[in-house]
Amino acid sequence: MSTTHATDNPRSAELRAALIDIAPALVAAVPIGLLFGAVAVAKGIAPTEATLMSALVFAGGAQFAAIELWQHPPPPLALLVSTALINARLVLMGISLAPKLGAFGALQRLLGCAALADENWALAERRASRQKLTPAYVIGMGAMLWANWVAWSAIGAMLGPVLGDPKRFGADFAFIAIFIGLIVALSKGVRSAAVVAASALAATLVHSLVGSPWHVLSGAFAGIVAATLLYRKDAT
Amino acid sequence: MSLDPATLLAILSMALATYLTRVAGFVLVGRLRLAGRAKAAFDAIPPAILTAVIAPSVLTGGPAEAIAGVVTILAAFRLPLLGTVLVGVAAIVVLRAILGG
Repeated sequence: MSTTHATDNPRSAELRAALIDIAPALVAAVPIGLLFGAVAVAKGIAPTEATLMSALVFAGGAQFAAIELWQHPPPPLALLVSTALINARLVLMGISLAPKLGAFGALQRLLGCAALADENWALAERRASRQKLTPAYVIGMGAMLWANWVAWSAIGAMLGPVLGDPKRFGADFAFIAIFIGLIVALSKGVRSAAVVAASALAATLVHSLVGSPWHVLSGAFAGIVAATLLYRKDAT
Repeated sequence: MSLDPATLLAILSMALATYLTRVAGFVLVGRLRLAGRAKAAFDAIPPAILTAVIAPSVLTGGPAEAIAGVVTILAAFRLPLLGTVLVGVAAIVVLRAILGG
């Protein structure tokens, strides 16, 4: 009677598919998580606090930006605004993914979007183009990515003081490189280049004249203005 | 175990902001139709923000940071994210050793 083979159990098959799909992203997150923990501790944040941030926020780009903006005491409103703006893309991802969670219950939807991130969103979209999405696949994948990120952030925060000044290994530049990679990935064509240039100029100017964290909003605003001015109906 | 109240407040603010962006899309579906100029403005937000965060460090950080920034941008057009990061870190370590800083 109890032929509970893994292959006979749809849920464990879905979880295994999720693990196979997300595995490369889990590996790629190891150095980034270690780095996050290390730079957070170097900025004067306790390992417990850095780990808590990874667990509750779970958004690499926003977390690195927060470390860059971090002061003592930290400015909660500036961090809230910068986090919301950096994660604005999650709104669009949610809009795109929501209709593909057809059979999900309300709680399953909430859990499914709770750990939404670039990698698992892209993988869920890819799977949705071929077959129906299951809660086990979406929620399981989110949980794997989340646990991996929290664990490596914690290890990085604990090893940080042992490793010494991250600047010695150029680790302080790693997140700048991550951002450059994400900016290039998000950009298409001349209009994107204009958005990036407008933002870079405005942010650098305001950073020199006014100071942190106002350069973030100024740069964002300049980029949005550039995109609005350069918009043409014929082009997408 | 140390939890500074100001730090906790900052972390909770960030968690709230992130969760709102995660849920918003699922709530807004069917009610938000971005098109044309509004969509172009919305699409510009993520790259504009990411750029604004790092631009001062790259442009005013010194010659090593500026040159490494250019090298990293070139790498980003050809390599996946992890490769881009490795090139950027290698560039900054070498440039700081040569130029000092």
